[in-house]
Amino acid sequence: MTATVATGCKDTPVLRERGQREVFCGLTGIIWLHRKMQDAFFLVVGSRTCAHLLQSAAGVMIFAEPRFGTAILEEKDLAGLADANVELDREVARLLARRPDIRQLFLVGSCPSEVIKLDLARAAERINEAHGDRVRAYNYSGSGIETTFTQGEDACLAALVPALPATDARELLVVGALPDVVEDQMVALLAALGVGPVRILPAHRAAEASGVGPNTVFALTQPFLGDTHAALIRRGARYLPAAFPFGEEGTTLWLQAIATEFGVSAERFEAATAAPRARARKAIAAAAETLSGKSVFFFPDSQMEVSLARFLTRECGMTALEVGMPFLHQAIHSADLDLLPAGPVIAEGQDVDRQLERARAARADLTVCGLGLANPLEAEGMTTKWAIELVFSPVHFYEQAGDLAALFARPMRRRAMLRQHPNRLEAAE
Amino acid sequence: MKLTLWTYEGPTHVGAMRVATAMKGLHYVLHAPQGDTYADLLFTMIERRSARPPVTYTTFQARDLGADTAGLFKKACREAVERFQPQAIIVGASCTAELIQDDPGGLAATMGLSIPVIPLDLPSYSRKENFGADETFLQIVRHLARPVARTDAITCNLLGATALGFRHRDDITEMTRMLADMGITVNVCAPFGATPADIARIGAAHFNVLLYPETGESAARYCEKTFGQKYTRITPIGVEATRDFLAEVSALSGLAVKTDETRLRQPWWSASVDSTYLTGKRVYLFGDATHVMAAARIARDEIGFEVVGMGCYNREFARAMRAFAKDYGVEALISDDYLEVEAAIAALSPELILGTQMERHIAKRLGIPCAVISSPVHVQDFPARYSPQMGYEGANVIFDTWVHPLVMGLEEHLLTMFREDFEFHDDAGASHHGGKHVERVAAPEPAAEDIQTDKNVPEVATEVAGPVMTAQTASEQTATAQVATGSDVLVWLAEAERELKKIPFFVRGKAKRNTERFAAEKGLREISVDTLYEAKAHYAR
Repeated sequence: MTATVATGCKDTPVLRERGQREVFCGLTGIIWLHRKMQDAFFLVVGSRTCAHLLQSAAGVMIFAEPRFGTAILEEKDLAGLADANVELDREVARLLARRPDIRQLFLVGSCPSEVIKLDLARAAERINEAHGDRVRAYNYSGSGIETTFTQGEDACLAALVPALPATDARELLVVGALPDVVEDQMVALLAALGVGPVRILPAHRAAEASGVGPNTVFALTQPFLGDTHAALIRRGARYLPAAFPFGEEGTTLWLQAIATEFGVSAERFEAATAAPRARARKAIAAAAETLSGKSVFFFPDSQMEVSLARFLTRECGMTALEVGMPFLHQAIHSADLDLLPAGPVIAEGQDVDRQLERARAARADLTVCGLGLANPLEAEGMTTKWAIELVFSPVHFYEQAGDLAALFARPMRRRAMLRQHPNRLEAAE
Repeated sequence: MKLTLWTYEGPTHVGAMRVATAMKGLHYVLHAPQGDTYADLLFTMIERRSARPPVTYTTFQARDLGADTAGLFKKACREAVERFQPQAIIVGASCTAELIQDDPGGLAATMGLSIPVIPLDLPSYSRKENFGADETFLQIVRHLARPVARTDAITCNLLGATALGFRHRDDITEMTRMLADMGITVNVCAPFGATPADIARIGAAHFNVLLYPETGESAARYCEKTFGQKYTRITPIGVEATRDFLAEVSALSGLAVKTDETRLRQPWWSASVDSTYLTGKRVYLFGDATHVMAAARIARDEIGFEVVGMGCYNREFARAMRAFAKDYGVEALISDDYLEVEAAIAALSPELILGTQMERHIAKRLGIPCAVISSPVHVQDFPARYSPQMGYEGANVIFDTWVHPLVMGLEEHLLTMFREDFEFHDDAGASHHGGKHVERVAAPEPAAEDIQTDKNVPEVATEVAGPVMTAQTASEQTATAQVATGSDVLVWLAEAERELKKIPFFVRGKAKRNTERFAAEKGLREISVDTLYEAKAHYAR
C-alpha cells in the first residue's frame, strides 16, 4: 500500500454534465439478480425494447428458461389502462401456474410503463391478495428514465426493505448481491473476526430473509445502493460508512469499520486478516507490474468508478485522469473519494460526445468504458477495459484483489503480446 | 400484453439503426430515454464494428418529462448535425418517446436545417425490427432518390443489405462478382455502404437485385413504381436458386447468362459417395422466411435431406411461407414464441435443425445437431473468413456448415456396429467436435425382479396441460415413457425402451417417432420390442 496522500478528492469540484448518456438502464441488474435470488421471478412490464435489452445485455443468452421475462405492452394495452391491468393479472396468473417454484415476484417498471403510469404497486397488492399464500409480490422501477445500470439492483433491494420483518436483535446486515463464492469468503472473514450474527440482503431465498430494526447495523458491499441505504435508515438501521472492499486496502478498511463497531480487538483483527492481506498484496503486485505508472480514464457506468479508481491509484500505482460516475452519493462515496489522490477530473452525469473529446485528448493508457464505446476507441488506437465485466466478475475482498487488478492489466498485456495488433503497428509508424 | 422470454426480433427503431449504421454520411437522431443506447453494442460487439453507430439519442429522463422534451430533442438534433456533418438525417422515436408524442419529424422540419430531414414513423407497439428496417430504407429512398438518366452500360442496384445482417457483408461481394461475370456493374448497393448522395442516383440502374426481401422489398417496389426498375424475385441461395437467379437477371438485363462454375464444388461434394449417409436425414428449418425457403430447397433437392417441418418468425411473410411449406408436405409454423418452436422441434425429433441462434440453444438442450441459417445473429455469425450464403461460394459454405454438426458417414457405421464399445460409444458424440471424451458408464445389469416390476408397472407421467408450456417440460416430455396421442396414451414397455437406447443417438429420435406413429396408427396402447421392429420394417426404404 502506498502512503496515504494528504489531499483526496473530497473537495474536488465536480464536473456535472447533461447530454447523451451511454449507459444501460436499471433493467440490466435483473441479469445477475435473478441468479442470486433463486426463488424469484422478475417480470418486466415494458416494450419489445426491454426484452431485447435483456437478451442483448445477457450477451450469450443464458438459455436455461430464465427467471425473468417481459410482459410486452401492445397497442390495446395503451388504449385503456383498465385493460392493461386485467392483462397483467392474467399474465401473472399464467406465469405462477407454470412456475410453482416462484416465491417472490418482482414487477419491474420500465420507461413505457412509467410514462403511461401503470400502477405496479397496486398490481403487486392485487397479486398479494390473490396469490399471497404462495408468493410475495414486490414492485420497483428499472426504467431508463429513472435508473442507470446498477441502480436497478438498488431499486430492487430498496423494495425488499419495507417488507423485512422487524427485529431488535443486534445484527450485522451486509447489503449487496455478491457471487456466491465471494459471499462465502466474506462470511468466513466476519466469522474469523467473531462478528455475528451476519445477515445478507438479498437472501438466496425468501424464507431466509433477515430482520431489520434499531439495533441493526449495515454495511454495503456495492457503491450503488443509495436508495437501499436510505430505506434501511428509515427502518432504524445504522450505516457503517467505509471504503468499498475492492483490493487489499479497501477490504481491510471495510472490515475495520465493522470490527470497530463490534469491538473486535486489534490482535484478533490482525490474526484474521494477516494471511489473506499478504496473499492479496502478492497477487496485486503481479498485475501491478503492468499497471504501475500508467494512466486511467473512467467513463461513467456502474458507480463503482470512484472505488475502483481508488484501488488502481493507491494499490496498483496508476494515475487517474478522469473518473466519471452516473451520479455521486456523498454518504456512500465519500470514504473512497477522500482516499483517491487529488488530480483527476471527477465527473457526474454524461454528455458522451464531449467526454469522448476529453478521453481522446487525455489518451490514457487505459480507458474504462461501456461496450458501445470499447471497440470504436480501440480502433482509434486506445486500450480499453469494458466496464460491464467489473460488475459480472467476482472482484470483492482479499482473494479476488489480484483478479480485479488482472482485469485491468489484461487488455494492456494483450496489446503488448500481439505483434500484429493494429494499434501496435500504428504506434510504430 | 404478451409474456416474452427471448425475442427473434428487436424493436422497430433497432431496424432503423441497422439501416443507418450500414450507410455512410447519414445520421439518426433518436428520441429515446437513457438505456436505449444499449443498442450500440449490438453493432460494436456482435458485428465488431470499429465505429459507433451514427445515432444520437436524446436520453431524456423522468425529470425532463414534465419540462421540455421537445426542446431536448431539438438541441440534440442541432448538435448532432453540427458535430457529425451528415448529408441527411433520419429522425424518429423509440417506444417510450412514441408515448410522449413530441413528433420528432415535425420538430426537425421546423429547425431550418440545410440537409434533408427524413421523418420515420415506426409503430413500436405493433411492429418489429424487420419492418423498422424495411420502412426506414423505403423512406430514405422516397426522400432522396431523384429522377436520373439510366447509365449507358447495364447496371443494377443491390437492395436490402443492412448492418447486423446474416452474412450480408459477404453476400454483397459474391453477388457483385457474379453480376460482373455477366457484364453487369453495381450502380448502388444500399443501404449497406451507400451515402445519401448514392441513394439520390439509385434510379440510374437498369434494374434492381433484391437481396433480402425482409429489409428491402418496400424500397424495391417503390423503385419499380417510380423509376420503372424491375426487381429480382429469386433469392440466390443454393445452386439451383443461383442458376434460376442468373436466368432471371438475364431476362431483366437482356444479357446472356455468363458464369464461371469452376469454383462451385457443392454438387460434387453432395454427389460423392461419402455423402450417401446424408440421404433422408430429417431436418427442421426455422428462421426468417427468405432464408428458410431457400434452405428448404437446398436441403431437399441439393443435399437429399427429408424436410420434416419448417417455419418463420416474421408474420409479414406468413402467406408465402405457408404456401411454400405445402409443396413440401408440411404445415408451416408461424410464430415468434421460441417455446412454441421448441415444442414443435421436440415433437418431430429431427436429426438436424437449421435455424437461428435461438434454435441453436433449443438444439443444444434437446441434443440435436444444428446449423445456423438466419438472423437473429450472434458474434459467431460474423466470421473473420469470407463466408457468404449466396451464389456459388455460398452453396459451398452451406454444404460445409450443415454437414459439420453431423456425425461423419463412416463413423456412423462404426457407432452402429460397436455402440457398446467402452471407448467408442454414442454418448461420446461426433469425434470431430470439441469436448472431452466421455467414458462409457457400464450400466449394471438390472436384477430379474426389477425387470419384472418395470414390465408390469410402466412409468406413468401426467401430461402437462395449459396454454403455455415451459421449455423444460417440452423437452422432458420427449424423455418420458408415456406419449399422449389424441385421446389415447401410448406406453413404452421397459424392454422396448432399453432396445430403443441401443439405437445410435443420431437415428434414435427418428426410430422413436416412427414407432410411436406406427403404434398410434395400429391403435396400440403399448410399445413392445416387436412393435419397434415392426415399425422399422414398415418404414423401411
